[in-house]
Amino acid sequence: MKNVMEIKDFYFTYPKAPKPTLKNINLNIEENKITALIGPSGCGKSTLLRSLNRIQDLYPGNKYDGEILLKINDKMENILEYKKENKLIELRQRVGMIFQKPTPFPMSIFDNVAYGLKFAGIKSKSEIEGRVEKALQGAALWSEVKDRLKESALGMSGGQQQRLCIARAIAVEPEVLLFDEPTSALDPISTAAIEELVVELKERVSIAIVTHNMQQASRISDYTAFMYLGDLVEFGETEQIFLNPKEKQTEDYITGRFG
Amino acid sequence: MRFLINKIVLGLSILAALIGLVFLFWILIDLTIKGVGAIDWHIFSNDLVNNGLRNLLIGQFMLALTAVVIGVPIGMIAGIYLQEYSYGSKYAEFIRNLSDVMMSAPSIVIGVFVYAIVVNPVGHANGWAGSIALAIMMIPIVVRTTDDMLGLVPKELREAGIALGAPKYKVIFDIIIKAAKVGITTGILLAFARIAGETAPLLFTSGNSQFFTMNMNQEFPSLTVAIYNLATMPDENLVKIAWAGAFILTVFVLLINLLGRYVIREKK
Amino acid sequence: MESVFKKLSLTSATLILLLLTSIFVVLFIYAKPAIDEFGLKFLTDPRWGVTVQVDTPKVDKQVATTEQVTDEMAQNDNLQTEDLLLDDSSDNSDSLLTDDEDGSTANTKEVYGGFVPIVGTVLSTILAMLFAVPIAMGIAVFLSEIAHPLLAKPVGVAIELLAAIPSIIYGMWGLFYFGPLVSKYVGGQSVSLLVAGLVLGVMIIPFMASLTRDSMNTTPAVLKESAYAMGATKFEVIKDVIFPYAKQGIIGSIILALGRALGETMAVAFVIGGVFTFPKVVTDPTVSIPVVLANSFAESSGMSMSALFYLAVVLFVLSFAVISFAKFYFLRNKNEIFNK
Repeated sequence: MKNVMEIKDFYFTYPKAPKPTLKNINLNIEENKITALIGPSGCGKSTLLRSLNRIQDLYPGNKYDGEILLKINDKMENILEYKKENKLIELRQRVGMIFQKPTPFPMSIFDNVAYGLKFAGIKSKSEIEGRVEKALQGAALWSEVKDRLKESALGMSGGQQQRLCIARAIAVEPEVLLFDEPTSALDPISTAAIEELVVELKERVSIAIVTHNMQQASRISDYTAFMYLGDLVEFGETEQIFLNPKEKQTEDYITGRFG
Repeated sequence: MRFLINKIVLGLSILAALIGLVFLFWILIDLTIKGVGAIDWHIFSNDLVNNGLRNLLIGQFMLALTAVVIGVPIGMIAGIYLQEYSYGSKYAEFIRNLSDVMMSAPSIVIGVFVYAIVVNPVGHANGWAGSIALAIMMIPIVVRTTDDMLGLVPKELREAGIALGAPKYKVIFDIIIKAAKVGITTGILLAFARIAGETAPLLFTSGNSQFFTMNMNQEFPSLTVAIYNLATMPDENLVKIAWAGAFILTVFVLLINLLGRYVIREKK
Repeated sequence: MESVFKKLSLTSATLILLLLTSIFVVLFIYAKPAIDEFGLKFLTDPRWGVTVQVDTPKVDKQVATTEQVTDEMAQNDNLQTEDLLLDDSSDNSDSLLTDDEDGSTANTKEVYGGFVPIVGTVLSTILAMLFAVPIAMGIAVFLSEIAHPLLAKPVGVAIELLAAIPSIIYGMWGLFYFGPLVSKYVGGQSVSLLVAGLVLGVMIIPFMASLTRDSMNTTPAVLKESAYAMGATKFEVIKDVIFPYAKQGIIGSIILALGRALGETMAVAFVIGGVFTFPKVVTDPTVSIPVVLANSFAESSGMSMSALFYLAVVLFVLSFAVISFAKFYFLRNKNEIFNK
């Protein structure tokens, strides 16, 4: 098995916080697999996910300790050592992210999907068009929107908007995609469509997903990490975590005794 | 007894509201009667020197427009700093408060200030000085609007842009400002309406010119300054021109305000 | 690029600080001659541009010795060089003679004091507030609590639009319509302190009313409903729930309106009279600081100009103090944006 990311002895502290929010996290994200992060609210699962592309650096004063390694050209690089803006930009092109609420930009559907491409250095018009189409197909959206690419993305339904955000993220062909509770704002039908899409996507990218919904984690993920109060309690294959948890806390959470 | 007091107080409140409204509509009605009566085609096709308003209307518009060109970029970029780059620092909070205080600074004092820094060194009143004075009045309004409107854009939208590998300034210009466009445009329109009707900051900066000119290095025609001068003249005709100018100014300012409101409603 | 823009944005924000400080500093520098000459007595001296006979040289010298001698000498030097320059153009002995005369008997100077316009500003503002506060509160209560929403909305918009009307319009209306009316029924001239105060009041009513209404509207509906549920009358709800809840915002709006009245030029300039006399009764004409500036600035130079700048400093400090007070004590900026 090959890891695309390796998290080693990772600590995360918010600005001015007396104690770290994440403590001693060790976790691997395997290539072309789906890794789910579960746990009760405030356990730090979103914080961990947001450390993986260092989006949290938008707000200064965070403290990172340990290592987060990302495979770049078959070499592992510690992304926590990145200081320069352009290194962070490169990182985010390799590690894409989908948010809790759909975040369509106030521009046309086409421009939304093409937005990341210019920062990836793609200038040729025909290549951009090709990549946009491919990404929309990849997000199972092409047939719905191919006749209205010039229309504003704000006119789409919530589920469509979320798939648009996925198309936008995969257009730059990242190696890893981070999903931060991507279906929590959607209705059950849209949720099913997104889940199906996530499973399809793992052929092309490695995926980490934070979810509140344990059924979702069990349905789509290959590996599951259970976190509690900033600690990684248990990490293993999804089947094992759900059917045969080793830790008492994991079992209590999964069986619904708290959370 | 309680009910009686209730009735009396509510009655007084309605009365106060009526008094207020009566005054306010009284002004508008007087203005309309005098203004409409004074308007004819002559005033639109002649300059002040021939008892017309043409140069004044164009001049006032130019002064305000130039102020927009100077003030809006500065105000917007400062507003962007406060909302996007300061991360709620003490310094940003200080500037924010200072800007609000400046928004209420007496406009005549700003006129005096610009007189001291521009008119006095140059030696005579000129259009640029007028526009600078108006721009100084406008900057804090634009700062406030930009700051508030950017604040309404959900932070997820910023994160989504950054997560695609866009530099922050790109995210701000391509996404955040576009998302806040309606609010910012409205704010700028209202600020424009506000400064277009200002007199005090122009009195000794732009001065006023009887003639048509587009040369901002010279004394520049200003409608409001002209109204102030003409209204107190003994000549009936000149007073009539002043009323016409006042009416046109008010209609213009109110129309821009309505336009601003309409924009908000349409886009919500 | 990113860092360039970041710096640019910081610079723009700092420009606001620079602007505000430089307004103060520049006004102060231009006012310096008057400040040196008249000191704080300026604030309580009712004379403006009055030529007075100044003390004989003897007294002058006494003053000089009690004060700094070097300063006096420097001034003397200046005077001498100026004299010499003058001498070049005119007859030597003649000018010396006049110089002596000047020094001994007819030494005059112009005295400037800001007491009349300062009092005029304060009184007209107080009058405006006395008139505007009750009416604005009435309008706000009417709009937020009494009127049916179908009526409150258009009336509210009308009030906001009226707040946008340029102040010069209020001034003109005061001069041509309201002033004569007041003069007819109350007495006095058609331009007076009273008319100025009332016109100023009319001008700030819409501003104050819409801000106050906005504050009142922030009262949560549940709070009002629970008071009504206990059998409170509308007045009691307004008095016991809405006013206490929105108190800070309401006081803040009143003070902001006060700040606006203090610095208002055009609404007052037409109707206050513009004369440097202390009003004995409320229907007498007088003058306010912005009006002095508006009327006298163009024809001033030297000491009178400096005295005008002194007045501008006073006005600026006064309104700065009032507005900062409103800002920091009553309108706490709720900065809900960076919820990190």
